[in-house]
Amino acid sequence: MPGPKANVDAADDPDDGDDSGDGVRIDMISGARMEGLTGMEKIRLILDGVRDGNIVILEEGLSPDEESKLIEVTMTEISPDDFTGIEIETYPKAEAGDQSFLDKLMGRESTQKLTVIGPANRIETLHKDENLISTLVSRK
Amino acid sequence: MGLLTNLRDSISRVTDGLFAADEPKRIGIYGPPNAGKTTLANRIARDWTGDAVGPESHIPHETRRARRKENVEIERNGRKVTIDIVDTPGVTTKVDYKEFLDHDMEKDDAVRRSREATEGVAEAMHWLREDVDGVIYVLDSTTDPFTQVNTMLIGIIESQDLPALILANKTDLEGSDVQQIANAFPQHETIPLSALEGDNMDEVYTKIAEYFG
Repeated sequence: MPGPKANVDAADDPDDGDDSGDGVRIDMISGARMEGLTGMEKIRLILDGVRDGNIVILEEGLSPDEESKLIEVTMTEISPDDFTGIEIETYPKAEAGDQSFLDKLMGRESTQKLTVIGPANRIETLHKDENLISTLVSRK
Repeated sequence: MGLLTNLRDSISRVTDGLFAADEPKRIGIYGPPNAGKTTLANRIARDWTGDAVGPESHIPHETRRARRKENVEIERNGRKVTIDIVDTPGVTTKVDYKEFLDHDMEKDDAVRRSREATEGVAEAMHWLREDVDGVIYVLDSTTDPFTQVNTMLIGIIESQDLPALILANKTDLEGSDVQQIANAFPQHETIPLSALEGDNMDEVYTKIAEYFG
């Protein structure tokens, strides 16, 4: 039975990630693409890509609750000699002072933060600060 | 309708407060692996109950199940605070059994340990979303606090509106840099301590009473 994965990648997935040869496939997923998905569908989309060895870049990142569930689901999928987990990097959260008064008043919290996620055994963070994330991606 | 809803909410808050005042608060001790969470949990438990919570080790993921020590009564300035301490496994986004092989472990033991560790981290995340009333976030003050796990966990804690106390542990070690932790999370108060040596525990208990009482 097709699950959330089929729902989000069947339409325009150029391939299933298996024929990337020596290259590294990078999926850059727009905020618009993620907008209509449930939290679990987002996590499935990310983990399916990462488990295929791809690097997933989210234009707008995940909410704290979704990040929590991503860690939880990742842990349940780790298996020896197969999948050792994920490396994930985002810019540090913007200070609350950056939010507009109206946003604070309405309780709106922006979660928009570019997020890079990859297989833990293939991606290594070299440097990270407020403005730059530098990562080393190794081939399969 | 809005007035009635507000009135009902106000009554609910008052009655909840009356009945919940004596209920122990569940305080989760969170942080990355090897920050000294179990050492701290044991220090608190021993100081106030005489018992320990669990074994401590320099090998990462020694704690692979959330462990609870119930009804720890802390007295501060004539005020008594009752908490349940929940010592949680160190949170991470990756676990590779090969890392345990460096600690003189056989492959079978390393694989079992990594499997238990992943289950423990998943359990800890679940506790954080569902089952704790406050968080003590423990960091090793000799290491860089600007990690993704720390950033994400503090964000998750803040999004749940949980009271959170950040502890900069291992101040007894050379290279300890408490200010770096304070700079990393300026929106929170950072308390320095050495859970191992028992340094500055007085201030820690005062803050626990203040934050979670």
